Amino acid sequence: MSDHSFELKGSLFPLSVLYCQDLSAAAVKAQLQQKLAQAPAFFYRAPVVINVESVTQAPDFEAITEVFKELDLVLVGVCGASAELKKLAQAAGLAALQLSKSKTPAKETKEIEAKTEIVAAPVMETKVVEQNIRSGQQIYAKGADLVIRGTVGAGAEVIADGNIHIYGTLRGKAIAGAAGDSQKRVFCHKLEAELISIAGSYWLSDSLQGEYWGKSACIGLQDDKLVLADLL
Amino acid sequence: MAKIIVVTSGKGGVGKTTSSAAIGTGIAMRGFKTVIIDFDIGLRNLDLIMGCERRVVYDFVNVINGEANLKQALIKDKRIDTLFILPASQTRDKDALSKEGVERILNELAEEFDYIICDSPAGIESGAMMALYFADEAVVVTNPEVSSVRDSDRILGMLSSKSRRAEQGLPGIKEHLLLTRYNPERVVKGEMLSVEDVGDILAIKLLGVIPESQAVLNASNSGTPVILDEESDAGQAYLDTVARLLGEDVPFRFLNVEKKGLLKRIFGG
Repeated sequence: MSDHSFELKGSLFPLSVLYCQDLSAAAVKAQLQQKLAQAPAFFYRAPVVINVESVTQAPDFEAITEVFKELDLVLVGVCGASAELKKLAQAAGLAALQLSKSKTPAKETKEIEAKTEIVAAPVMETKVVEQNIRSGQQIYAKGADLVIRGTVGAGAEVIADGNIHIYGTLRGKAIAGAAGDSQKRVFCHKLEAELISIAGSYWLSDSLQGEYWGKSACIGLQDDKLVLADLL
Repeated sequence: MAKIIVVTSGKGGVGKTTSSAAIGTGIAMRGFKTVIIDFDIGLRNLDLIMGCERRVVYDFVNVINGEANLKQALIKDKRIDTLFILPASQTRDKDALSKEGVERILNELAEEFDYIICDSPAGIESGAMMALYFADEAVVVTNPEVSSVRDSDRILGMLSSKSRRAEQGLPGIKEHLLLTRYNPERVVKGEMLSVEDVGDILAIKLLGVIPESQAVLNASNSGTPVILDEESDAGQAYLDTVARLLGEDVPFRFLNVEKKGLLKRIFGG
């Protein structure tokens, strides 16, 4: 039995990483002060790691630590340090952190964050095509229902992640639920299809002959089998 | 401004060149200054159908490459003085046409002519695309059989997506269906698709129905556009077709089986 009152576990925390060419105490102080003036509350007692990868001269870590204390920041450690710099940092009481593999400068990470904010809410849209779909043409409604106000010719393909509605004759191929949703259906005014597929299950025209051939129909999937039904 | 009409089909051997020659001649007969361009580079045929093969000196590709000017390459028809032919090159292939070159020639022709008829090669490759790209109207030549109808459907898709009008978001190309080699007797027997069947599948406006006729082959062999054979059924059907293309309302003929009289039945039709 392990003792839950005392555990040591690895965890990931967001830390600000400082990229600075000139690591003299005066230069760091001046630049930090400028940055802090823009958003003092944001950086208050913020844990910071200094990236020393591109540093040429060994910095005075103790002086820098003092600067951080003065500005109400917590200097946690350094990253990207050579063996020599690691020793110096450790002597000043700083942790030597391993650099993560993706060496993304601060600017780029900001851009990525901005991008993720623009994720739209998932809304099932409808793509409406107001013309005949000719042989050789292919229409794909990604993440949407598809409405065709016309005829789908032999050799044409209409594909949708949602339902497909065809107000003319379906002579080509119709593939509904292309993303795998077996609840989607194909509706057509006149069924003369080459192929109908729903979520991967398909029928060729040979198996569509019969009661509904040349008539209006609604095709859905039930227990992994395609089922034809009256449109009305 | 000249009207550019492409005569196209996708499938070969359905009567594109015969129809281009007949329609171009028919429009010119009405007094419009007309030029027919053979886009079938490497398989030059239009000059034969028009009966001017011995007068070809310079061709379309020569003009595009700047080796000759339009005046040198255009062949004036000997029967109708408003009709001109721009022949294809027989020694080059279809890659000799560039979009810029074709556009330049068409612009130059448009200044002088009322109608430009583009006789497209078969297929859906660059040559056919070049012929249809600048068109204002399209005559889709179709035989009443399934493979021709399928290919016409394909070409109609190209017209609505790959043409200049489609790419620039202009009003689409005006599409016309021309049914050729139509044989009402075989339609009755169920051996051929009917006008209704084809119209139902392609869903475009019917421009004309040309009956299968011996006159077409005779005309081709003698280098006379069949429309000039006004006695023949095919010639009359093309005259009707041209009238409809120019906006006239003409009833359709040659759609039904002719009832043969007693004498015809005895002595053969």
